[in-house]
Amino acid sequence: MDEYEDDEFDGPVKKFMFVNRKAPYGTVYALEGLEVVLIAAAFDQDVSMVFADDGVFQIKKDQETSGINMKNFSPTFRALEGYDVEKVYAEKESLEARGLSEDDLVIPVEVLSSSELAELMDTQEVVITF
Amino acid sequence: MKLGILVNEGPFTHQASDSAYQFTKAALEKGHEIVRVFFYHDGVNNANKLSEPQSDDRNLVALWSELAQEHGVELTVCVAAATRRGIKDELLAAGFQISGLGQLVEAGIVGDRLVTFGD
Repeated sequence: MDEYEDDEFDGPVKKFMFVNRKAPYGTVYALEGLEVVLIAAAFDQDVSMVFADDGVFQIKKDQETSGINMKNFSPTFRALEGYDVEKVYAEKESLEARGLSEDDLVIPVEVLSSSELAELMDTQEVVITF
Repeated sequence: MKLGILVNEGPFTHQASDSAYQFTKAALEKGHEIVRVFFYHDGVNNANKLSEPQSDDRNLVALWSELAQEHGVELTVCVAAATRRGIKDELLAAGFQISGLGQLVEAGIVGDRLVTFGD
């Protein structure tokens, strides 16, 4: 994950939005998606992250994964700030439907409604969904 | 238009890589430029030259290789996703290369659009 951190890139900066919609375990999308976010940040892009649908479970506190023999990668989200990824959003409706609030999450997020997220998404140049 | 293509699924479980191939081919025929096709997640299995579909099935690995040969399209496989799935240099079909995730981000930066195929 750190191997391309030293990439030098002097090109243009674009607005990248990563939309995380899947649960952290069960499929590999969340884990491998996070790797792309860190690379985009290492390329000094204007990165936003969105957690919606079951994707909100990715940043749930107190994940205990030993029973399924998977690495708990939720601590990696706390490294995002060190990569200057500070625009992190969670969809209000998704949190509510799952009985979650901001207090249940491993990182601070801005909670936006579905329609607010749609507006924000409209301002992005590259949207990648995992 | 300059297009980046992201393929997130392998050639057999999902239709995503078929759709990506058809889209890429059609875009080239319409005169668009393909920055590169980037293979991620199980998409790296599109590069496996040992893949042998039955004779009445399309061979997507070979079709990608043809596309690379005919149009010079860059087919890039993510090193991290490929390594954990056992896709190494010696397994790559013609026209594919292994590189880093930076190539995906770069395709997003230099392309006018990044088009994703997958779940």
